[in-house]
Amino acid sequence: MLILARKINESINIGDKIEVSIIDIRGDQVKVGIKAPKEVKVFRREVYEAIQSENLIASKASKNLPTIDNLLKDKKDPAE
Amino acid sequence: MEVNTKAYGKIDIDERQIITFPSGIPGFESLKKFALLDAAQQPFYWLQSLDVQEIAFVMISPLLFKPNYNVQLSEQELEELNLSEFPNEEALLFAIVTIPENQAKMTANLQGPVIINKHTKTGRQFIHSDVQWKTKHYILDELASVRNEAC
Repeated sequence: MLILARKINESINIGDKIEVSIIDIRGDQVKVGIKAPKEVKVFRREVYEAIQSENLIASKASKNLPTIDNLLKDKKDPAE
Repeated sequence: MEVNTKAYGKIDIDERQIITFPSGIPGFESLKKFALLDAAQQPFYWLQSLDVQEIAFVMISPLLFKPNYNVQLSEQELEELNLSEFPNEEALLFAIVTIPENQAKMTANLQGPVIINKHTKTGRQFIHSDVQWKTKHYILDELASVRNEAC
C-alpha cells in the first residue's frame, strides 16, 4: 500500500480525474474531500461490509417461506 | 436442465432462468451462476446458487412496500448490465430479504438492490448511494402502511 503524509488543505491525485483532499483534522477524525467523476462510486468501507454481512445472514434463511398475507393477518390479530 | 435447489431439492428449470453475476454477490464473490425462481409463496423469489445448493437468497420487489424506491445507476453501472437506462423494461429490480426466526420481523436490504437484465441474463448487486436506504427495512410494517394508505 502506498502511504503518503498530507497536511490540511493538501491533496492527492489518483489518475487525472480523482482528487482526494484533507479538509480538516480534529483529534482522531479526518475530514476528507473527494472529487471524482460521476461514474466513480465513492462510499464508506462500512457500507460495503454491511451489505456483505447482511447477505451472509440472508443466505441462511430457512427454506420454509411464510406468505405475506398470513403474516399480515397475524399482525392485525395478534390474539389469533 | 436439472438443478439442485435449497428450497425444492432437485428441480427442472429453463435455461432462461439462469442469471450470471459477473462480480458475484458481496460476501459470495466466487459464486457467479444463479437461477431465478418464483417461490411457491408469493410475492417472493429465490436466487439460487448453481454452485452451492445451500446458498439461496430470498428476494422481493421493493416497489411492493416502498413505491417511491428507486435506484440511480451511473453510466458505468448501466454499462455493466448492458442497459441504456434504468428503470427499463429490460431490467428487474429486487431486494434481498433476511428472514429471522420470528418471520414477522423479516427485512429487505434496500441499500444493496439487485438488478437483473432480463435480456442478457446478467445481474449485479449495487450499493445505493442514497443513505436513506438501509440494509434492514421491516417489510410487514412498510406493507401495512402502504395498504392503509390505499384504503
